[in-house]
Amino acid sequence: MDTIVTLLYYLLTAYVAVLLVRNFLKRKNWQEEVLYILVLIPFILRLLRLK
Amino acid sequence: MRKAAIAVLGAVLALFAGTSFYRSRHLREPVVPGPGVSRVVKLGDYFAPIRGTVNDANVYVLEGKEPGGTILLLGGTHPEEPAGRLAAWIFTENAVLTRGRILVILSANRSATTATRLGGAYPPDFTIPTAWGGQMFRMGDRWSNPLDQWPDPEVYLHYPTRQELAYVDIRNLNRAFPGRPNGTLTEQTCFAITELIRREKVDIEIDFHEAELQYPVISTIVAHEKGADLAAAASMFISSLEGFSIGVENSPKALRGLSHREIGDATDAISLLLEAPEPFLDATRGRTNRELLLTGKDEFVVRAGKRGLLFEKIDEKGWPIDVRVGRHTSTVLQLLEIWSADHADKAVDVTGVPRYGEVIQKGTGAFLKDPKTVDPAKLYFE
Repeated sequence: MDTIVTLLYYLLTAYVAVLLVRNFLKRKNWQEEVLYILVLIPFILRLLRLK
Repeated sequence: MRKAAIAVLGAVLALFAGTSFYRSRHLREPVVPGPGVSRVVKLGDYFAPIRGTVNDANVYVLEGKEPGGTILLLGGTHPEEPAGRLAAWIFTENAVLTRGRILVILSANRSATTATRLGGAYPPDFTIPTAWGGQMFRMGDRWSNPLDQWPDPEVYLHYPTRQELAYVDIRNLNRAFPGRPNGTLTEQTCFAITELIRREKVDIEIDFHEAELQYPVISTIVAHEKGADLAAAASMFISSLEGFSIGVENSPKALRGLSHREIGDATDAISLLLEAPEPFLDATRGRTNRELLLTGKDEFVVRAGKRGLLFEKIDEKGWPIDVRVGRHTSTVLQLLEIWSADHADKAVDVTGVPRYGEVIQKGTGAFLKDPKTVDPAKLYFE
């Protein structure tokens, strides 16, 4: 059961990462683009199992 | 073009951060088994589901020629309390036994050695200076790495008592004893340690810790009722012979999951927990860096002491790592001497381990062995 819940959390993380990339591509303002990239980093690190 | 530049910037940041985290998680800590080590087994030998996981810890078995009692030393239950791991390291690399056995685990929660506290600005590692250059250790945290156990539940119910504990403590080794065979990694690790204690017929289990000075349980031996007399006698002898004072606290029956309570209840072993002062952990500390970890000097903690907010003294000399390690080695030696005097058939006689005064005089690094001088095939890594 724990393994399934962990897998679901990784799927959620991937889903949020995709949303962040999508929003990054839609932005017109550079400050918002930087913000989305910074927010994206911990999600990527978790998906890569680095942090 | 601008988006591409920002994306590249993000990738560079992620690369630097990721490399740092990877290096920290995979830093290899060499162990030179001392003359007393007869064999090294794995925690997974006592509970198969742990085998091959990050928490399949090395168990160093030190044996004397004559039979006697069996002692278990637990280092790294909370890796961010490094004096405990270092004291266990000194026993592994230096102790010689004539009677009995000592089992040593240097990384009771190895997963917790591979991460530092989120938002805590902890250093990823620290180095103990030695005559041959220095030995680097992972800093670690109080809790198992979320990469190994995630997510945390909203509510953590301790097994088997169902007492409600802080949700994050489901990753705290010292809130998950006696462990659950089909539980989380942390619970399974506790179960494996409990199984080891049962199968090896351990007489005394000693769990090394450190505590912030704002925590009332400090500079003390926390003892299960089975070990209250032993701890009290050790406290008296230490206070009169070793050059420092240490108190005794009874293991509370109402707070579950702690090694000193659950191991004593679930096995035949006497369970004890040692606490040394570590200003690095205090909430009112200043910069959380390697210097504070090793010197134990912090002007803000001193100021808190002057305002009567601490449960242990501190001055400008701080609480250096050698003082904290020496407290642990001397306390174990005193416990063993008293135990052996009272239980001739279960005696554990050990030499080669420095006491408090010697650790302070020579430094902890004087008792760490140079891995470069040893056949690589004989080295172990934590």
